[in-house]
Amino acid sequence: MTLRKYLVLAGVTVFAAAGDSMLSHGMKQTGSISVHHLEGIILAVLNPWVAVGIVLLLAFFASYMNALSWADLTFVLPATSLGYVLLALAATFVLHERVSPLRWLGIALISGGVGFVAGGPALTAHSEDERPRSKSPLLAKNARQGAPKATGVPKEQDVPAASGGLPR
Amino acid sequence: MKSAYTWGGILVIVFASVIGDVLLARAMKQVGDVHEFWRRAGLWVVVSRVLGNPNFFLGVTAMAVAFFGLLFALSWGDVSLVAPAAASLTFIGNAFAAQIFLHEKVDRRRWIAAVLVAGGVALLAA
Repeated sequence: MTLRKYLVLAGVTVFAAAGDSMLSHGMKQTGSISVHHLEGIILAVLNPWVAVGIVLLLAFFASYMNALSWADLTFVLPATSLGYVLLALAATFVLHERVSPLRWLGIALISGGVGFVAGGPALTAHSEDERPRSKSPLLAKNARQGAPKATGVPKEQDVPAASGGLPR
Repeated sequence: MKSAYTWGGILVIVFASVIGDVLLARAMKQVGDVHEFWRRAGLWVVVSRVLGNPNFFLGVTAMAVAFFGLLFALSWGDVSLVAPAAASLTFIGNAFAAQIFLHEKVDRRRWIAAVLVAGGVALLAA
């Protein structure tokens, strides 16, 4: 993991949380959308908060695509889970929604689960031909410890990513 | 009734997101590491190669369905419920889908994380 890759993951996290918050704020202003009045969607997109939210989510999308080009899907999603905490903070302090202690605990569990995943290797997927067919205990052990595998995956991607990097 | 709408919206988001995530991840693996590629060939080659990938377009379509599902659900429920619940259930669905369709090695570490996330989602809904 390089600094640049950490920045990409941070971008995925921050843009997603900020974009969702702005969408929520905008949608509360425009009111409920009904299936029978779909023109409400167009009105919603004209709301400045929704528009800025969409721009932020586009930035999220670009960073997300970038991350998926060099890391597993099951790595990128959890590694960017700090967004849940950002969302809860935004909901409390910016949107003034009430976040109950149970929800805070849920958010903590989610973030904990995700931090767990972030300690593993970023990339495990192999193309069909080079993927090992056998699931020997040794291979599984190596994978858990993030040791370099014998299948030619660059060493850099096997370094445990964020055991200390993602604040918990 | 409103919460039934909210959870219905969340389910739509989850299914569309899992399909979209898997297709997009496959597309980007086919394109390759964009950092390397960008350095060698320049930004526009990278962009055109991403946009020219069929899986990318199918993935974006699925994501668009998920996005409008999100717009609906956010107008019915709180962002601190809808966004984490949808994203976390998507995470669990993705753990299954990535193992089956992307051949990612979803080991014990990643499954424990999935269980923790599921517990977190249950608490969010409480």
